[in-house]
Amino acid sequence: MQAAEINFLEDSFKKYYFEHFDLIRVPERTSEREFGYQKFNSGMTRHIQIKDDKELHLLFMQNVPSDVYCSNAYYTFPNLPMNEKDWKGADLIFDIDAKDLNLPCREIHTVSICNECNNVSKNSIQCSKCNSTKLEKKSLPCKNCIDASKTEVLKLSEVLVDDLAVTKENIQVYFSGNEGFHVYVYNSQFQEIGSRERSELADYISLRGAIPETFGMRKFKQDRTAFPDFDEKGWQGRFAKQVFGSKSKRSKIITELLANSYSSFQKTLDNVSENIGVKIDPNVTIDIHRIFRLPGSINSKSGLVKIFCENLFKFDPYVEASFLNNDSVEVIANCPIEFKLKNKKFGPYNNEKVSIPTFAAVYMICKKLAKIA
Amino acid sequence: MLELGEDEKAKYPFMADAGKYLKEQGFTLEQFGTDPDLIPIVEKAYTRIHAACEMNKDYESEIIQNQVSNTGSLPREVFSFLLSIVLLKLTGIPTLARRFALSESMRAEGFLTKDLKNISSDENELPIKIIEDLFSIKIKKQGDFFIIPVVDYIKHSVHFHEREWKLVNRHVENGFVYLKADKMVRLFRIELGKYINSKISSGKKPSMIPGFEDIVERLISYSKKFQSSFVTTGEYPPCIKHAIEVLEKGENLPHSGRFMLATFLLSKEQSVEQIAPLFKNAPDYNERVTLYQLNHLAGTSGSGTQYSCPSCEKLNTQNLCFATSECDNIINPLQFGKKRK
Repeated sequence: MQAAEINFLEDSFKKYYFEHFDLIRVPERTSEREFGYQKFNSGMTRHIQIKDDKELHLLFMQNVPSDVYCSNAYYTFPNLPMNEKDWKGADLIFDIDAKDLNLPCREIHTVSICNECNNVSKNSIQCSKCNSTKLEKKSLPCKNCIDASKTEVLKLSEVLVDDLAVTKENIQVYFSGNEGFHVYVYNSQFQEIGSRERSELADYISLRGAIPETFGMRKFKQDRTAFPDFDEKGWQGRFAKQVFGSKSKRSKIITELLANSYSSFQKTLDNVSENIGVKIDPNVTIDIHRIFRLPGSINSKSGLVKIFCENLFKFDPYVEASFLNNDSVEVIANCPIEFKLKNKKFGPYNNEKVSIPTFAAVYMICKKLAKIA
Repeated sequence: MLELGEDEKAKYPFMADAGKYLKEQGFTLEQFGTDPDLIPIVEKAYTRIHAACEMNKDYESEIIQNQVSNTGSLPREVFSFLLSIVLLKLTGIPTLARRFALSESMRAEGFLTKDLKNISSDENELPIKIIEDLFSIKIKKQGDFFIIPVVDYIKHSVHFHEREWKLVNRHVENGFVYLKADKMVRLFRIELGKYINSKISSGKKPSMIPGFEDIVERLISYSKKFQSSFVTTGEYPPCIKHAIEVLEKGENLPHSGRFMLATFLLSKEQSVEQIAPLFKNAPDYNERVTLYQLNHLAGTSGSGTQYSCPSCEKLNTQNLCFATSECDNIINPLQFGKKRK
């Protein structure tokens, strides 16, 4: 990114931070968390300890960061190197990202930017101008992406509440600021478990690694009564609902399943898992030392804010997470995809000079699809 | 300490206070080396260790139908266990101690399963209290099942490699995992083994007891059987081959894949300079960053921690496992192609 774009983004971000400190709050157990931040075109500064809102606001004003992060973990000494921090526990966090949902719409709103010549095209294999294969993909997620991510959040909440006894009050959902949602779980029985145990939880939630026996299918000594009932709790009940469809079809479908082979059942199970398992990013959940984007801060991949979703059902990130101002700015936009922000449509632009509101300019510049004119 | 009945002392001798028990019975350790009536119990202890290490059942237990068979059998059962511990301490060979501990934990597992099956729903019944006493975990009976909090289940189940033990293959409801008695007890086998092992390794090694020399010598010479060496094929496991292929094609290998590849090769004694060029084709390659990260993983910069290659299970979760039959149930890629000679 060039100096003109960086100056513009820093000015816009600074204005937002100055006017919206009310949205940026330190999390609970503040002084036990590790904070970190990045500036544009620069590396990560982490291992920072912060006491309260005032100190946090000072960090924003002094550094004008592109991104700010905070650990889900609690440490005795958050400001020391990793192996001296003395890890005490960590909130459980789930990342649901539209890019992991294999949605058919994705192809339509994804472009490739060539790392060699900066050409923007829809060709995902090699640059249509210089044939380089070093391409960076940028997606402008659509309503379908957000709706599909919301569905995953709802599936996740159901498993957390019904199976893992997490109370609804202890689940908080945030829009990540780009393509999905971060789900935080506080005060659960899982606060103090390590990475391996969290990996088991991640596999459970995404219904990964299930074997046919768990759902009643055996290699030998087959038994009709071993198949789950429609009203059963946990994955067994969800499996029954998905595979049998209705109580009346249960018997007929069990006969069919038994007639097919054990390995064919494993395939059925893999399909079911793909359909009803929650599509979380396991790497995020199992990492107990990660720092996460701070709620209320701007995501420099989009210029949108990571924000708490009070009503997930109604939540529209392209209205509710876009906080930058409407001041007009001239940019050269090379954005072949139309997008909507604050209920206004923009693009497509074909390497053209346009005058647009700051919030839209920031969105495109963050996506590397525009430059200051 | 939990108050145990006669049968429980015989079934779970590791829970008894050894010194107190000997004193109560009016014996000293030295007597077992010299008293002709007691020497057979030392021989019984040897057989108990031998049977444990062979993982067979030639040790004749005097517990029949979950109860001690007669009045003399209780002290013989407890003494032979306590003397086994003494012999293993005197021998000082960890392999024997580990095998003994595992075998004894499996033996106790059988008793505990039967005892658990026989309880009503009273939370204060002894088998439930034994589990609580040993592992600080409260389990409850619910219908035909025993239930354990999910968090306690996964803390133990992560040590198992069979897929059956994955949380996803258990019935989970309202924060609890539902298990039958045998599975519930099996869950604690490793910890039980560790507990028994800790009884052997804790405290200092006693000085030789006159009359025990011969049996200790026999155990030392028997232990040589368990020394083994390995040969390796030098071939890379499929997960590593896949990661290298991805990089060679110039495709993006996720951070977790790069971590796996780097830690694997570092463990195979390759240097940071040898490994770095592998990442040259990555779309976001930056030589300075790559070297910094490799040095960090190798422990030559940063905190000095040397990172190890993730387990197969973790790689599976991360979609990085491409297991073939050649993997042969290994649990870490570093074991690939390693065979006992």
